[in-house]
Amino acid sequence: MKKIFVPLTILTAGMFVAAPIMIGMADLESTMLLVQKIFYFHFATWMAMTTAIVVCGLASAIYLFKGSKLADWYAVASAEVVVIFGVFGLFSGSLWGRKAWGVWWQWDARVTMATMIVMVFLGYLMVRKYGGPGSEKLAAAMGIFGAATSPFVYKSVDWWRTIHPQTTVMKTLGEKWPGAWLLVLFCSFAFVFLTVLLLAARVRLEQMRSELDHMYLAAED
Amino acid sequence: MAPGFFAAALLVLRKDLAIEAKSREIVYTTLFFAVACVMIFSFAFVKEEGVPVDNAAAGILWIAVAFSGTLALGRTFERERYSETLRALLLAPAGRPAIYMGKLLGMLLMMAATEVVLTPMVAFFFHAPLFARPLLLVALLALGTIGFAAVGTLFAAMLVRTRTRDVLLPILLYPVTIPVIIAGVRGTAALLQSPPEEPVATLWIGLLTAFDVVFITLALWTFEPLMTE
Repeated sequence: MKKIFVPLTILTAGMFVAAPIMIGMADLESTMLLVQKIFYFHFATWMAMTTAIVVCGLASAIYLFKGSKLADWYAVASAEVVVIFGVFGLFSGSLWGRKAWGVWWQWDARVTMATMIVMVFLGYLMVRKYGGPGSEKLAAAMGIFGAATSPFVYKSVDWWRTIHPQTTVMKTLGEKWPGAWLLVLFCSFAFVFLTVLLLAARVRLEQMRSELDHMYLAAED
Repeated sequence: MAPGFFAAALLVLRKDLAIEAKSREIVYTTLFFAVACVMIFSFAFVKEEGVPVDNAAAGILWIAVAFSGTLALGRTFERERYSETLRALLLAPAGRPAIYMGKLLGMLLMMAATEVVLTPMVAFFFHAPLFARPLLLVALLALGTIGFAAVGTLFAAMLVRTRTRDVLLPILLYPVTIPVIIAGVRGTAALLQSPPEEPVATLWIGLLTAFDVVFITLALWTFEPLMTE
């Protein structure tokens, strides 16, 4: 991770500089016009959140069964990333919804789902904070169950409410201007790379914290 | 000799039932709490003419089930904390998954006892035709309760060791079991339509079944490492 951290940071930074320019130059969508442009980052944050959910679930399982500290650090780092991107996605979605649907908040499928998933991972962080000694293990259970419940939340909310543009935005865009797909993909990759960087930095922090604890203990002896 | 999986699970269940039969504490307090919940909801969801809001019964029923279920979960494991009986139970020569299964069965029986009283009561107070399709309603309630209790039993068991267990249990349990609540409420609401929308209810029953299978498997799998200190 150390070796690719700097090149990846430069690449991601470059992508984030290029993305707004490319989005600015992109064609307007036929019905929503300028408002639709928020979609490129909006969709990309969900991709980043999904990546972080998967990492959190896997890392929690590895920590619980193998007791690897590194996996635990990855789990806590990814849970924080889920919350950050989840909140960012809700925020950008709210802005978009205000223009597209005329309301700031709509109890529609994706919005509800995202809120619930953010709640799950806030729960994860709360156990860690307030669970007392040994809370890493309890949090790991929450990580596994949280990652496992996400598809169910997705499905149930989907059946419950569906006014959100399913894939229609993508379809109409893709037909008129195939480049939209590439741009969505480009932004998604930028956000996923950002996720990787955040995870790496956060894991490094946990690692240094743990080293510091060891040094304190050693100094006391 | 160590008993088999089901024998051990049934032994744990028998132990819990024997304790409960003596005091009946959990069944009575949980039931009273559920009734109190329904009463409070009636203030919110009955309009001025004395007619409840559409589909209110479905939501009230499931929220009462979830709230009273949380209370029962907390009490069941609080009992195991006195004189460290949970540790004794874990030391017993029986597989950890079997202990989990025994606790889960006990929880299911207690929640079922509450629901047997709660469901007719909600139907009565809110003029809801809950029993138009009794089999589908029973399937929804049973599968929903299993899903809720499967996650709840695991979480309540693992939280026994923490100081903040009372507040952490609902914080962890509700977000994870949201699909159960949505499926239960929507499925029940579908049954309340006239005529009852059977395909919709069946759809939700399918989702609940999948949820139950995944979460019981996960719980059996993680109970052992979670309960090892």
